[in-house]
Amino acid sequence: MIVLDPTDESASAHREAIARPATLDGARVGLLDISKPRGDVFLDRLEALLAQRGVAVRRYVKPTFAKPMPPDLRREIAAECDVVISALAD
Amino acid sequence: MPDFPRDGVVAVVKRDCPTCRLVEPVLAQLAGVVVYSQDDPAFPPGARDDTDLAASLALGVETVPTLVRFAAGAEVARTEGWLRPAWEELTGVDGLGAGLPEHRPGCGSRTQDPELADELLVRSRGHTLASRAVELTALEDEAEALFDRGWSDGLPVVAPTQARVLRMLDGTSRAPDEVVAVVPPNLVPVTVEKVAVNAVLAGCRPEYLPVVLAAVEAACTDEFNAHGLLATTWGAGPAIVVNGPVAAEIGLNSGGNALGQGTRANSTIGRALQLVIRNVGGGRPGGVDRATLGHPGKTGFCFAEDEAGSPWEPLSVSRGVAPGVSAVTVFAAEGPRGIADQISRTPDSLARSLAAGLRTVAHPKLVMGFDATLVVCPEHARVFAAAGWSRADLEGALAEALTLDPAEIVRGAGGIEEGVPAARATAPLPKFRPGGLMIVHAGGGAGMFSAVIGGWVGGAAGSTPVTREVRP
Repeated sequence: MIVLDPTDESASAHREAIARPATLDGARVGLLDISKPRGDVFLDRLEALLAQRGVAVRRYVKPTFAKPMPPDLRREIAAECDVVISALAD
Repeated sequence: MPDFPRDGVVAVVKRDCPTCRLVEPVLAQLAGVVVYSQDDPAFPPGARDDTDLAASLALGVETVPTLVRFAAGAEVARTEGWLRPAWEELTGVDGLGAGLPEHRPGCGSRTQDPELADELLVRSRGHTLASRAVELTALEDEAEALFDRGWSDGLPVVAPTQARVLRMLDGTSRAPDEVVAVVPPNLVPVTVEKVAVNAVLAGCRPEYLPVVLAAVEAACTDEFNAHGLLATTWGAGPAIVVNGPVAAEIGLNSGGNALGQGTRANSTIGRALQLVIRNVGGGRPGGVDRATLGHPGKTGFCFAEDEAGSPWEPLSVSRGVAPGVSAVTVFAAEGPRGIADQISRTPDSLARSLAAGLRTVAHPKLVMGFDATLVVCPEHARVFAAAGWSRADLEGALAEALTLDPAEIVRGAGGIEEGVPAARATAPLPKFRPGGLMIVHAGGGAGMFSAVIGGWVGGAAGSTPVTREVRP
């Protein structure tokens, strides 16, 4: 669907990804398993490596890799994390 | 532009039309006729594909079959449906369609199909729109996407598609690129088109657009001072009262529940103004809008004056607009609060009653600061009408009743620290500045309940009501 911008158009129409952080110190980090097989193995290892650096993580799982993330989960991650690492090991 | 023959005959048909199928042998009989098919390029054999309707639109076809003769590149004759003599005259061929009935009406052209109306509207006029097109992805919920982009006041908005905006623009004769006003707080020039986009968001019908445009013009004046009204921690917002024939034409409510919900024009016109200030001007709660509390009418506040039942001239006329001319008056407004008086049958008693309600605007002990609007209901207006009181008579009686005793309003009086500083409380003081009280007539036929609508700081230091004519 195409809609017309009701604003003064001074802001970008496309939302840009935020800049990659220089460090994870103090950042709230999420690990997202998209539910592809063995993604959890990879993410378990990342969690262990991050723990060695003193970075605690929150874990999230998409119900299925075949569909977009449910909006509620997206909102939950956005509210709870500064950084999210999505990974698969298919 | 489709490649029509410079000299020759063009036919436009569709398989779905029984008359078109009936004349298929006739078209086969006519060598050299260029046939365009609206729905099935295989019908009739050898037809040109016009499923995109480009040729039909270029010819302005309304009925199929349509037969058009060109001579020297210009249309010189046209017939619709099947009428043997007409076809024979246009083609110059006799004995067409032997065995067919003499006459059969055609069917509607696909260009008239309601299902295609939006698509064709955008194709023919979409290029006239200047606003940035934003594509929502298939995975986005449309309503959620509009919230996400910050375009809503908190209630759902109507997606401003190109077709809807084009239809909205049909509500005015003003050019889409005409600049209507410079919108505070960011001082952004707003065009008719951009107002139309926000009117779609707000849920307006196209016929409301002239009223919205007039309201935007009025609100974006130095006198109205929308920036200050927005930025103040006081909770008032812009309200619109509409006078003149446009009110009834577009179904604005001036009767029962005129200040309430349930009438589309009332609910959406005020909302459109607020969305223009939000989206174009950049005035948002938490940003420039610093209201401590605000009020529900800041989502949109618009009603019409009941002129037919009023004992007085229309508000717009008393503000300098010619009788019979439609106008909006924009004023700073808190939420309305009722004043019940079911006993007074004399104008003097009723005026004092209404004055008592008006005295509480901002604070019962503060004067000369805040403006107010009094909405007089029909059963109260009847008391004034029976006594022959003009609007000026009522204003005079209210002013008299609202000339306050300094002993009552000085700081500390009544055990209340708030009030007029002792240095100013040396003589009786008027509650409102000259011109700071506006009187409007509206409401349902039953109920002796008028309403006070508190305003904001009046005059040059605050906001003055502004009236503008509604242009078609």
